[in-house]
Amino acid sequence: MKLHLALAQINTKLGDVQANLDKHLSLIDEAKKRKTDLLVFPELSLTGYVLQDLVSFVAHRPTDDDPVFKPLLAASHDLDLVVGFVDEDSRHRFFIASAYLSGGKVLHVHHKVYLPTYGLFDEGRFFAWGDSVRAFDTRFGRMGMLICEDFWHASPPYLLWLDGADILLFSSASPGRGLGDNEKLESARWVERINMAYASMFTCFVAHANRVGYEDGLHFWGGTTVFDPNGEELVHGPYNEEALTYAELDLNQLRRTRARLPLLRDERTGLVRSELDRILSRD
Amino acid sequence: MTDIDLTINTDLARTILTGFIKSEITRVGFSRAVVGLSGGIDSALSCVLAAQALGPENVLAVRMPYKASSRDSLDHAQLLIDQLGVQSRTIEITDMVEPLIQLDSEMSKVRKGNLMARARMIVLYDQSEAFKGLVVGTSNKTEILLGYSTMFGDSASALNPIGDLYKTQVRQLSRALNVPAPIVDKPPSADLWAGQTDETELGFTYEEVDRLLYLLIDQRYMPQEVIEAGFDEKFVNGVVARVRRFQFKRMLPPIAKISNRTIGYDFLYLRDWGT
Repeated sequence: MKLHLALAQINTKLGDVQANLDKHLSLIDEAKKRKTDLLVFPELSLTGYVLQDLVSFVAHRPTDDDPVFKPLLAASHDLDLVVGFVDEDSRHRFFIASAYLSGGKVLHVHHKVYLPTYGLFDEGRFFAWGDSVRAFDTRFGRMGMLICEDFWHASPPYLLWLDGADILLFSSASPGRGLGDNEKLESARWVERINMAYASMFTCFVAHANRVGYEDGLHFWGGTTVFDPNGEELVHGPYNEEALTYAELDLNQLRRTRARLPLLRDERTGLVRSELDRILSRD
Repeated sequence: MTDIDLTINTDLARTILTGFIKSEITRVGFSRAVVGLSGGIDSALSCVLAAQALGPENVLAVRMPYKASSRDSLDHAQLLIDQLGVQSRTIEITDMVEPLIQLDSEMSKVRKGNLMARARMIVLYDQSEAFKGLVVGTSNKTEILLGYSTMFGDSASALNPIGDLYKTQVRQLSRALNVPAPIVDKPPSADLWAGQTDETELGFTYEEVDRLLYLLIDQRYMPQEVIEAGFDEKFVNGVVARVRRFQFKRMLPPIAKISNRTIGYDFLYLRDWGT
């Protein structure tokens, strides 16, 4: 089985949801013409990243009566979509969120569970922390979504793997930092290394969509990637410019790799649990 | 001594910084830039980056000599204008500052220097309106950290592409972008009075202080750790004190909070809000 995946590394207008929605719809049209099965947008693709006091103004609910989600859900009859947005729950907590839309329905919403609040980041000041990491079933198999800092920690990808995800969809709004004499930024090299590592260790597909553009002095570097279950890079989008990057995922590769390398079969989850219990019960 | 390498990939620096200029100018409805060209390396680099980002026809380089400014400064600025093909103007500031200087026969060099820097700011912001271009800043990371600038003078700009580059990195990038050799090679000077050089005034070289600042700021070394790494204790303490003392120059003036929502504390939006 083949999955025709497209990753949209876009620039966004900070706080202008309508303008960002228009860009989504036009890229959806473009991807549709290329017979795409699934199109993934970056973190907060509908709102922009450094929202600060704009958070409550740009929040939406992923329902079919929402003016932003209505056209996106309609478009999801033609191809599956992952979009980034600010989710407001019924008690008015605001989350950094990704929604997986398919066949006019919301299959899954992930709330970012790690909000970086250090260095140049201030997410914990403006957003609520998500409290679950769940895989979900799609017409292409079981998947999992994580948002930026979520996969800087090893545990969320590991949990998704154990929960059955064979395709990990990562999205970011990653500000570039650390310019040395290397042709890639430190932050870009770091993210690419760990994406490759997760694909290798979990013998699964790892796709990453990162945005581009600037917000004040921050620069988002793009560089979309897809790694296969052997940890090999299938595609690499350009740095620093908008692009739609297409990848054909041969899902049978999961079987071939795991027949050779049974890391999933041999994973000792009981051992993990008992050691975690011991570690967590320590005074 | 700890191995310290401030080398940057100049292609990537150029891509990020020209992209920054283009994005931050065009998203607010402008397409042009104004740069005060002193004849020194910092403004030369900002001008090159602006010309590459926007096209030379969209950049106005303004030379603003005072009667005591060195001839070299003017000539070096002209070298760059000719090389880039940017638009240019020369506006003398002597007649602007002289009446103020005449008011006080005791006026110190520092006060005169500040007057000149602020007169140049007035000229640039006037040209900004006339040319419909934003003022591109020319302060580098070393001088911002050391507070080696005039508030509301040379530090004033609408955006600054080179403020995260140390002086030695400014030199490296300038060489890579073909800034004329006389500009790159001469001793840095604010040229506020004859014979002034930055390094004499500061008491150390940029090469030395950049290595120190890189460890203290970028690598988060404690002062004691850089001394253990081989830096002179007096030099380290002097620079640490200087960075702290001039924090005020790196900030907007604090607003006294009395309401529930105060600009700067809990009214938080980027400048790029809505764009």
